[in-house]
Amino acid sequence: MSLILFIEQMLNGVQFGVMLFLMAAGLTLIFGVMGLINLAHGSLYMIGAFAAAWVAGMSGSFVLALIASLAAAAAAGALIELTVIRRLYDRDHLDQVLATFALILIFSEGTRWLFGSFPLFLEIPPYLSGPVTLPGGIEYPLYRLAIIGVGLLVAAGLFALIARTRIGIQIRAGEADREMIAALGVNISALYTIVFALGAALAGLAGALIGAIQSVQVGMGEPVLILAFVVIVIGGIGSIKGALVGAILVGLTDTLGRVLLPAVFAQFMAPQAASSVGSSLASMSIYILMAGVLVMRPSGLFGKA
Amino acid sequence: MIKGDDDMKLKTLAMAGALTMAACAAQAEVKVGMITTLSGGGAGLGIDVRDGFMLAIEQSGRSDIEVIIEDDQRKPDIAVQLADKMIQSDKVDVMTGIIWSNLAMAVVPGAVAQGKFYLSPNAGPSALAGKGCNKNYFNVAWQNDNLHEAAGAYATDETFLNAFIMAPNYPAGQDALTGFKRYFDGNIAGEVYTQLGQTDYAAEIAQIRDSVADHVFFFLPGGMGISFLKQYADSGVKKPLIGPAFSFDQGILQAVGDAALGVKNTSQWNKDIDNPTNAAFVASFQEKYGRLPSLYASQGFDTGNLLISAVESADVADQDAFRAALEAADFNSTRGDFAFGNNHHPIQNIYVREVIKEGDVYTNKIVGTALEHHADAYAPECKM
Amino acid sequence: MRREPLLNAAVFLGLLAAVLWAKAMDEPFTITLATRVAILALAGVGLNLALGLGGLVSLGHAVFFGIGGYAMGILASHAQSYSPLIEWPVLIEGTKSMPVIWLVAMAASGLAALGIGALSLRTSGVYFIMITLAFGQMFYYFAISWPAYGGEDGLSIYVRNGFPGLNTLDPIQFFAICYVILGLALWLFSRLSRSAFGLALGAARQNAERVMAVGIAPYRLRLVAFALSGVITGLAGALFADLNRFVSPTMFSWQTSGEIMVFVILGGVARLFGPVVGAAVFILLEHVLGGLSEFWHIYLGAVLLVVVLFARGGIIGLIAGREVRHD
Repeated sequence: MSLILFIEQMLNGVQFGVMLFLMAAGLTLIFGVMGLINLAHGSLYMIGAFAAAWVAGMSGSFVLALIASLAAAAAAGALIELTVIRRLYDRDHLDQVLATFALILIFSEGTRWLFGSFPLFLEIPPYLSGPVTLPGGIEYPLYRLAIIGVGLLVAAGLFALIARTRIGIQIRAGEADREMIAALGVNISALYTIVFALGAALAGLAGALIGAIQSVQVGMGEPVLILAFVVIVIGGIGSIKGALVGAILVGLTDTLGRVLLPAVFAQFMAPQAASSVGSSLASMSIYILMAGVLVMRPSGLFGKA
Repeated sequence: MIKGDDDMKLKTLAMAGALTMAACAAQAEVKVGMITTLSGGGAGLGIDVRDGFMLAIEQSGRSDIEVIIEDDQRKPDIAVQLADKMIQSDKVDVMTGIIWSNLAMAVVPGAVAQGKFYLSPNAGPSALAGKGCNKNYFNVAWQNDNLHEAAGAYATDETFLNAFIMAPNYPAGQDALTGFKRYFDGNIAGEVYTQLGQTDYAAEIAQIRDSVADHVFFFLPGGMGISFLKQYADSGVKKPLIGPAFSFDQGILQAVGDAALGVKNTSQWNKDIDNPTNAAFVASFQEKYGRLPSLYASQGFDTGNLLISAVESADVADQDAFRAALEAADFNSTRGDFAFGNNHHPIQNIYVREVIKEGDVYTNKIVGTALEHHADAYAPECKM
Repeated sequence: MRREPLLNAAVFLGLLAAVLWAKAMDEPFTITLATRVAILALAGVGLNLALGLGGLVSLGHAVFFGIGGYAMGILASHAQSYSPLIEWPVLIEGTKSMPVIWLVAMAASGLAALGIGALSLRTSGVYFIMITLAFGQMFYYFAISWPAYGGEDGLSIYVRNGFPGLNTLDPIQFFAICYVILGLALWLFSRLSRSAFGLALGAARQNAERVMAVGIAPYRLRLVAFALSGVITGLAGALFADLNRFVSPTMFSWQTSGEIMVFVILGGVARLFGPVVGAAVFILLEHVLGGLSEFWHIYLGAVLLVVVLFARGGIIGLIAGREVRHD
């Protein structure tokens, strides 16, 4: 493999990692603040993608579509927080897993009932489509560079939100001592609704951005959800920094595994067998990575023990 | 939104139909059990097969065919359970409907061993075409390898020299690449197995760009194909794509959009095949369901008409006569001439189609024939 | 008098009564459904050991269910094709004998549970849920892409395996086998939960420090519980494969893990009969709702949601009161 191709594949790995980060950020934020495992996060991702596809189909504007995805996912998030999620904060993880699993069933089939069983159309806007040439002669799709940009912006925004703003101070105080800040007159239940809606909006944005280069269909959230969980568990649950590092690690492991493992096996096996065996191992690679990290560090890379 | 309402209406219709038919069960001579995927991710295919099949039954005007429809949720163990129910409680005579090869492998061997007829409207795993063929198993669609073989033949005809071939890492994917290679005379410049359900193909596209291949053959059914086509179109790589029809059917094309335009794909059916049955089918399907029929709908329709042709000439209680009537395949197919080979799989033409845009709708038109009167590679191994 | 033992007896006898009724009415499919309930309940009893007694929230029990299934599939497929399983260093043939298959299934899933448990039990809480899920995904992807035993297509076994003295093809006789095994597993569970081991395990769940203070290592207790739990779920997998005469990687999927967990929670965590009630209600819902609408998953979701939110302690807790809940 040439050096240029290798660099391009590294870039692909980072880019895939950033895509995962967009999804994982909301998940880890919600866990960090409220201690809630939200399996329905993938459904919010799907809602964002469907809202974007629907609005883009009606209006033809990608910007409007992104706004719609944020709004729809935030609204859905706030709705389920008010009706279901807030009853789960002081329950054990088991109840949270089952209740949010039930929400997945409702959202998935509800979406299919509304939009039908066929995938929807959502495309990259013309001003972001096509490849650009990077230094070194790598041709790389502009849209994927834009996703990297948005992902880094989201990361910076979240760091700033938590470190600099009033709501961030309340969030950190709430993580440390819930009763105390309630006693200080902070409306904790409103704060939780806001945080949940914010996490949901991030999932919706991820769904819309990624939906433009993937298939917008019912059930699109579940595979990404599992990857996002892998990411936040590797990074340490509740840590935004951990989510970013974990996402990039998973992205690189997955991409390089897919590319390199078949090549390694091809050294001593027939091409078809090498490709098949290499690909099997590659599909297990991120789970092996996760198990390895947890065995070494049972609370993830940046988690609090 | 319109879609959802339609589905509901359809369901009610089908149920009402089943009820009225059950009410006059004394007259019903043939009981058909249809197990297909109606909920969850792959529901679009099952709904098309069901709608095509029920259209044929409805147009025949017969009241002696009762159809029981159940949803397998694309889970093999649910499919087996439903098959048990249909055989044990409903006592069906004929079964049909399964979309996926792995579900077919779970249900078909057991069903035919218990003396039921099985008419496959979609899946055609190689295990059921060769040594594992059965006198009561008929495939009305294709053997799984057929469309891939046609893609290989087409690539050879176009004098492509180096192929980059790609499929998910599971049995149907491995069969696809084997099928392509069986009819492709050039070199394989790259052979890649992707993960089942994979959504991001940046790494594979980079390998395609880097390889010496002059074209790409890919088999990525459902959402995987949509993702790949969108990402490939955006990557600026211009190597021509060839694939089987599964990534280019009517339900999927609208979600891919311009990214699919001009792509060549292989299929045994298209809406512009010129015969009266096909024209009437396309028009009546569109009128009834408000959408263009897909490949799967045509297969469901042909399966329905094959069944009707057999019911017309033989009594299902007389298994040998009924089997002979099915073997004769004396019905008007949307594909024109239709005949079964010795292993009860079709011998048929496989066409090359190109994705075009008609007004606002993306669809296919036939641009050539890849293989004529093509039988599958496993037929010689079948001893009935 | 507490209502729970009465309820348990009613459920256990009710399942048998349903089957006898079905036999009298000549409804073999109802017997198949009841057999399915018994087998899935058995898988749930396995999970309940780890989850209910040990507090180990495993989202990876599909691994053991799948291993049990594949133990049956691999042994029976070799027997079916008269090809030996291993020729070197010793000749091992396949088999169609249920008791042998069960032993292999239990041993294999027990060993897997020991290995996975040894690594996973170093973590706790959400990390434990996720690491067990990760092991499940590893096995799932491996099973899909491993071509020797059918990959995603799975393996069909044309004739159900045999049990000495019984005709396993007769639905009611196969049900009887599953029913007896379920009864034995329930008996074992009830003995275990009252034994010194069970009490120590429960104490470790509630307060690990205190247990350590009296010189018991919670890690070992949990590992043993996890391995036993895997053994029972593995046996259920072998029976499930025999019920369907088919195995596929779906048995390894995370949805399968989720469903086994749903049985336990729906019925009542740590309740002796929780998994039995949960599996019975789930299968019944699937059967009834599935006939109502194409979109029946919406209703299923709503029912689950109501149970979690308003019936803590599951269905048994709702009917029999909450006295067993320890937390």
